[in-house]
Amino acid sequence: MDDLYREQILEHYKNPHHFGEITDADITQEGDNPLCGDVITLYLKLDDGRVGDVRFRGRGCAISQASASMLTDMIVGKPVQELKTFPTRDLLEELGIPISPARMKCATLSVNTLRVALNGDSHDEED
Amino acid sequence: MIEAKTLNVEKVRDDFPILARKVHGRPLIYLDSAATSQKPAAVIDAMDDYYRRYNANPHRGVYAISEEATAAYESARQRVASFINAASTKEVIFTRNTTEAINLVRFSWGRANVRAGDRILLTEMEHHSNLVPWQLLAREVGATLEFLCIDDQGLLQLDDLERKLEGVRLLGITHQSNTLGTINPIKAIAAAAHRAGALVLIDGAQAVPHMPVDVRDLGVDFYAFSGHKMCGPTGIGVLWARRALLEAMPPFLGGGDMIKRVKLNEASWNDLPWKFEAGTPSVAEGIGLGAAVDYLNGFGMDAVRAHERTLVDYAMERLQDIPGITLYGPRDPELHGGAVSFTLPNIHPHDLATLVDREGIAVRAGHHCTQPLMDRLGVPATTRASFYIYNRADEVDQLVNGIQKAQKVFA
Repeated sequence: MDDLYREQILEHYKNPHHFGEITDADITQEGDNPLCGDVITLYLKLDDGRVGDVRFRGRGCAISQASASMLTDMIVGKPVQELKTFPTRDLLEELGIPISPARMKCATLSVNTLRVALNGDSHDEED
Repeated sequence: MIEAKTLNVEKVRDDFPILARKVHGRPLIYLDSAATSQKPAAVIDAMDDYYRRYNANPHRGVYAISEEATAAYESARQRVASFINAASTKEVIFTRNTTEAINLVRFSWGRANVRAGDRILLTEMEHHSNLVPWQLLAREVGATLEFLCIDDQGLLQLDDLERKLEGVRLLGITHQSNTLGTINPIKAIAAAAHRAGALVLIDGAQAVPHMPVDVRDLGVDFYAFSGHKMCGPTGIGVLWARRALLEAMPPFLGGGDMIKRVKLNEASWNDLPWKFEAGTPSVAEGIGLGAAVDYLNGFGMDAVRAHERTLVDYAMERLQDIPGITLYGPRDPELHGGAVSFTLPNIHPHDLATLVDREGIAVRAGHHCTQPLMDRLGVPATTRASFYIYNRADEVDQLVNGIQKAQKVFA
């Protein structure tokens, strides 16, 4: 049982990185999985075409919240143009555990929300 | 008082082939029978036998195997009718499931009888299957929906029942909550509804598999349930309704089998129950449901209910000792059917279900198709353990161990 949720995931879940709000964010985007009740809000502050700062708030399962925390680490400082096509698989690799089909929505909530934030729709490049 | 016959659980377990398998290297502990029950060999064999020996389209063939198929299918209907004490097989309509049975009432009775300004009374604990069809009907005809509320133990608040029944055409209510386990006092509620001039529809998906149900004694008008939650196959459900209502109702689906005489521009309808069964029916599934009824009758539904009551009582007792746990549903085991919902601080139900799955334990995590009830409880989701005839007290112990392990992971 212990190895299923790697220490890293639990660490991100218990002490999420970039947790909070940006009051003067350039982009604020909410995302949710109504079927699970997972919800996150992503705050992005842009700086010369890059993500200058990022924060998120959310609640839900460990997979959804840890993946959001990991995603913030992966996107801060990156060019917005590049992040518009941020590959879902990169985040799944970072999670590093097998995600069952039933839990995929949890694992990808944050990256889907990022995609909506930057593109205005939830088009998934892997669909 | 006659003591209910006690189930011999070890013997029961031998009847269910799936219970021999392992999941993640552990014996399967199946605690999700409220979603669908497992199937005994008797049911699987009955369906297999139909396909191997007398597969044919029933009702029209004049040859031997079609007559055998017809006899088996209609004999299943007879056994279902007896099981719920219907006055006649004419009152037992085979549908695909509970959802389709409720939608049959919506489309047939609802469209013909519910008018603009009428009220439909439901409860906060309804499954989406007994909520969304009425939202759709209400929008279509301009009716309004009202709701009976629940208290903090998940019991219906009935103080204002009489007032809420004013102007109500239909009261739709679950016999047993799939999320809370609450067993509702249907007989008293139905009597009050009838005094107010309303008809009563019961979602019995969680009741018929788990307790004795006598539709005439309950005094209701429509009663819907599914085969797959009562040891039968998926794809077969039942709408029982009082014959006078069914006679007056227009058909639901049109097509073969539901007609008597068809001309190019008109048709007349078949007798009950076939008036509401268009197209080739789910023959194997009907036969499987008949076998499931026989199987449950072998124990008696009083024994089934007594067994589950003991398990729920034990589960509530064991679970409440877990630090921080919130248990939902009635504390009185008399009012609590075989499903227990709970939440834990700091562990989302999906994480818990994923972790205990590694121990071979199947529990459900989510909103259980009762999103308004989740809103009422103030949680996005719960974990639900639900029991049936093949579950043992030591499986409750295993669940408690699994929860404690998960708590260590998340500590």
